[in-house]
Amino acid sequence: MIEIQELYKYYGDQRAVGPLTTSIERGEIIGLLGLNGAGKTTTLRILACDLLPTSGRVAVDGLDVVEEPDRVKSKVGYLPDRPPLYEDLSVNDYLTFAARLRGVPSAKTAKLVAEAVELTELGDVAKKIIGALSHGYKQRVGIAQAIVHAPDFVVLDEPISGLDPVQIVEMRELVKNLKGDHTVVLSSHILSEISETCDRILVINSGKIEWSGTERELSVALRQGSRVAITVRLAGQSSEAAQARASEIARSVPGVSAVDAVSASESGPGIAAISVRGEGDLRDALCRALVQADVGVLSLGREQELESMFLELLGESGEGATPRRKKKRRKDGEGDAPAAAPSDGGAT
Amino acid sequence: MSTALLIARREFSSYFRSWLGPVLMAALLLTDGVLFYWKIGLDQKLLSAQVLIEFFYNSSGPLMIAAIILTIRLLAEERQTGTLILLNTSPVRDRDIVLGKFLAAYGVLALTTLLSVYMPLWIFVHGKVAIGHIVVGYVGLLLLGAAITAIGVFGSALAGSQVVAAIISALMAAVFVLLWLLAKASEPPLNQYLAALAVHHENFKPFMNGILLPSGVVFYVVFTYAFLFASVKVLEARRWR
Repeated sequence: MIEIQELYKYYGDQRAVGPLTTSIERGEIIGLLGLNGAGKTTTLRILACDLLPTSGRVAVDGLDVVEEPDRVKSKVGYLPDRPPLYEDLSVNDYLTFAARLRGVPSAKTAKLVAEAVELTELGDVAKKIIGALSHGYKQRVGIAQAIVHAPDFVVLDEPISGLDPVQIVEMRELVKNLKGDHTVVLSSHILSEISETCDRILVINSGKIEWSGTERELSVALRQGSRVAITVRLAGQSSEAAQARASEIARSVPGVSAVDAVSASESGPGIAAISVRGEGDLRDALCRALVQADVGVLSLGREQELESMFLELLGESGEGATPRRKKKRRKDGEGDAPAAAPSDGGAT
Repeated sequence: MSTALLIARREFSSYFRSWLGPVLMAALLLTDGVLFYWKIGLDQKLLSAQVLIEFFYNSSGPLMIAAIILTIRLLAEERQTGTLILLNTSPVRDRDIVLGKFLAAYGVLALTTLLSVYMPLWIFVHGKVAIGHIVVGYVGLLLLGAAITAIGVFGSALAGSQVVAAIISALMAAVFVLLWLLAKASEPPLNQYLAALAVHHENFKPFMNGILLPSGVVFYVVFTYAFLFASVKVLEARRWR
């Protein structure tokens, strides 16, 4: 079990992390989610004993990272955002070196290296020089070095960063395969990268845990009060008349708090777009009301993807967002989002 | 200690997986050879013992330069490429990291230095020198090499990049070599302290002449230890930043 209590880390006067309190149970796969500069890497480096906390307590299986760093290091495997690879060594030689460095007895080293190579599917390249491998393979070697000493806890900093779509799928599978033998903590700034892999997500912003829960719970929490974009067609009417009619129907739906006219992404007689805000998920009620009123629904869906709602959540909670980001969001918020903004689950 | 040797073994072999080890060894031996031939060939009236003294004197310069070149990469490159994290997050003490790095660079330097022994042996066979003079001269070269290697390790520990490491190490080495000049321009008793701290001049001369002074050995051992100790402290301090 990992316990973090009132953790603070300062770089000079700059607070990178804190106050941060959380706990991670054995066998979990935890995703640490936050924007760049939110404090993810600093937190993970403290967990891996690469950095010391300014104050607070971090304990791995009851062992304090400040008081017993060597025993903690034996229990933790760490993959930084840039894998620490000696590119002049072969994969086997590198993993042997990493295992011996972590105190694995020489009699056991060959067996553990072979297991790590097998789990990370590096068998084909085990004798190759690391410098000659692709980015995806190097990332695998990075994970292999993190698990070669059979640690109880594996800490992965942005393991999916820079991989192509096929490699991302493979990496997700690899991380899932670690579950059971290891407790895994991994970080990312992209929600979709970790949502499929993790049992629980910790959203970190300005060095603090903003939110904790499953991906499903996060999705429900984020989508409260989100906007719905609707494009309609009213045969034989002008666009203005179609917009007015659609707005009137939308306002009559219980739960709707605001309806705004927006420009439609497609043109044609009687085609118009509106943006609706209300409590909860109003998509089915809005669709039913429009269809019953004989208004043609060309598209209907949420205005934002989960990802952008997550970014908005972090922006609204403020401190972590840079002034430039805040400014951009304000600018985006002026007027309404385009009617045909990406939607999920939208009716067409 | 076993972890230090593990690090030293990897680092030592890495010198020979790149061009650095072989090229530096070849360059050092070539320079020593050319200087030796130049001394013997152009000034044949020198006594054997004088030739040997000149050999040790001439060898010490390239040796110090080679020590700096070998150490630039040790910790600065690890920091630059991110591999230092592997060492930092393993149950390895900072002193083992520093000692391992030092032993690797010093191993290459010592090996190259000892490979030049055919030149003093040539004097021994064709002239009149004591074998003790040769041994003491080599002890001096190896102690001087250890001191400059320790300075290089310290410079590499301080720097964030190899270029900065090279500059810091070269400057520090130059200061400790040139302290004897400052000593000459100073008044007593300051000049005595400065001369005693000079890494080459006053402390190396007895070894060149075949005189083994315990104070000289102690000076180089303490000097080397001090810079290695400082390197360990630099690594420890970085974790608190």
